[in-house]
Amino acid sequence: MTAVLEPTTTARLTPARRRPRYRPAEIGIAAAFLVPSTVVFALFVFYPLGRTIWLSVHGSDIFGNATGFVGLERYLDFLSDPQLRAVLPVTLLFALCTVVPTVVIGLGLAVALQAKVKGVGFFRTLMATPFAFSAASAAVVFDAFYSPSLGVFNGILSHVGVSGVDWLTDPATALPAVAAVSVWRDLGYAVLVFSAGLQAIPEELLEAARLDGAGRWRILRGIILPLLTPTIFFMLVVSTIGSLQTFGEINIMTGGGPDGATTTLVYGLYKSAFAFGASDFGLASVQGVVLLLLVTSITAIQFRVLQRKVFYS
Amino acid sequence: MIRLRRAGTVAGLAVLVAVVVFPLYYAVAGSVMSRDDLTRFPPALFPTSLHSGSFADVLHAIPLARQYANSILVSLVIVGGVLITSVLSGYVFAFLNFPLKKLAFGMFLATMAVPAESMIIPNYLTMADWGLMNTFPALFLPFLAAGFGTFLMRQFFLSFPREVYEAAKVEGCGHLRFLWQILVPLSRPALGTLAIHAFISSYNHYFWPLLVTSTPKMQTLQIGLAQLNSVEERAPDVIFAGVVLAIIPMLIMIYVFQRHLVRGLTAGAVR
Repeated sequence: MTAVLEPTTTARLTPARRRPRYRPAEIGIAAAFLVPSTVVFALFVFYPLGRTIWLSVHGSDIFGNATGFVGLERYLDFLSDPQLRAVLPVTLLFALCTVVPTVVIGLGLAVALQAKVKGVGFFRTLMATPFAFSAASAAVVFDAFYSPSLGVFNGILSHVGVSGVDWLTDPATALPAVAAVSVWRDLGYAVLVFSAGLQAIPEELLEAARLDGAGRWRILRGIILPLLTPTIFFMLVVSTIGSLQTFGEINIMTGGGPDGATTTLVYGLYKSAFAFGASDFGLASVQGVVLLLLVTSITAIQFRVLQRKVFYS
Repeated sequence: MIRLRRAGTVAGLAVLVAVVVFPLYYAVAGSVMSRDDLTRFPPALFPTSLHSGSFADVLHAIPLARQYANSILVSLVIVGGVLITSVLSGYVFAFLNFPLKKLAFGMFLATMAVPAESMIIPNYLTMADWGLMNTFPALFLPFLAAGFGTFLMRQFFLSFPREVYEAAKVEGCGHLRFLWQILVPLSRPALGTLAIHAFISSYNHYFWPLLVTSTPKMQTLQIGLAQLNSVEERAPDVIFAGVVLAIIPMLIMIYVFQRHLVRGLTAGAVR
């Protein structure tokens, strides 16, 4: 009897297991618990997402009210106007000037802080200092430092015979100067992340390499860097996305100037929508959508790579 | 030889750290320098005499105490909101089964990939439509839930043995009671990490409060700092004093809770 029954029950069970049976009470609880988050996300993430896209394909009057459907016309406006279009290379340059130094210097500092000497823990704690600064507090401090006539940077440079650098008003230096503030602010974070990554590398591995007579440089290149690739990649992604979203430093230090030299995508969005009484929400939304596409594609690439990535640990 | 090398390493590290810490040092030193020290060229690198007048000047320039309170209050409300919403949704995604669960979780995660700046105009318009401009709710409403928080709590809950959940169910323990009396007390490390993360990020908000507040009394500390910088005759000592006051809570946080911080920040980085 059982011998006959068993195959049928298993046969019946297999498809059932694939499609889990739900209990109504559990569904009810799940729905109730998800309500608070869902309401917030619906109102302040998904609805505005749709509305940004909607605004970007509609015209707007001088008060910012949307007028008729215009299709991709505003996108063409954005791409054909040399002054508006300029935000794209500026954004790219700004990303380069923040991401590369952040990763390279952050990694270097974290490696240096692996030294086994007394007081290194104290140094590591101090190294996190920039993390305490918000965009606004770092920006106002550096704005004072960059002052051509009174700032401490030109003050220090005057001791080596360099004088009168117009950090923030010279189009050639403004973008790197603002980027430097972002780099400094991100350093604290980069050092924390890289240090955590370095500490996850098994000590025996390094010890074995040392016993085999490998020098510091070989250990760094042959063991530490390969094992750290996931962390480096993570930092690259995070700081690229962060640099695309930089606003406070630019708003406080340069206002997008001189002559648009620091007007990135986000700052262009702000200027189109809010600065100087402009309220071209359509054009601003075009830039919002471009930003969205950039950030989501970087995130998508990150997921792709992470899925393929071989983790060593 | 080894000792010499060690001393060299320490010296090298000290120089690196000094460069990184210099802006903090100079903000603190500048806040107590006399105006003469700061307004001659080149400016002094060390205070020649100590002054505390700049701190009083900050209070004259902006309603600092009020803006401080605004920042802290808004951040605390956001922390509370994020903790509640994240614990609830993290619980759902960790323990419960319901149709379209994967899709729902994907949507929650997707909120993390959307840059806030892309949604800032519609959110601004929403606040205007609701008549909430220049009010507290405008400052905190959009931030009461976080995809990151949901993810963090779900991961933490998943690290508990499933038997704990099953046993509680068998004993007839309700979901809310199980969550509140068993899970939450056991999850203090994750809750702490999430709370610190949420506090720091909301305390540092700049773009959003800049848009939705217009009077000094409703503005947050970050906007006040920018205000100090944009007045006609900006005085470096006053700016430095303002920054020193503003970053005190953050300095305490990063120096005291560094372990917590690292855990939250590197949640996605190191496995």
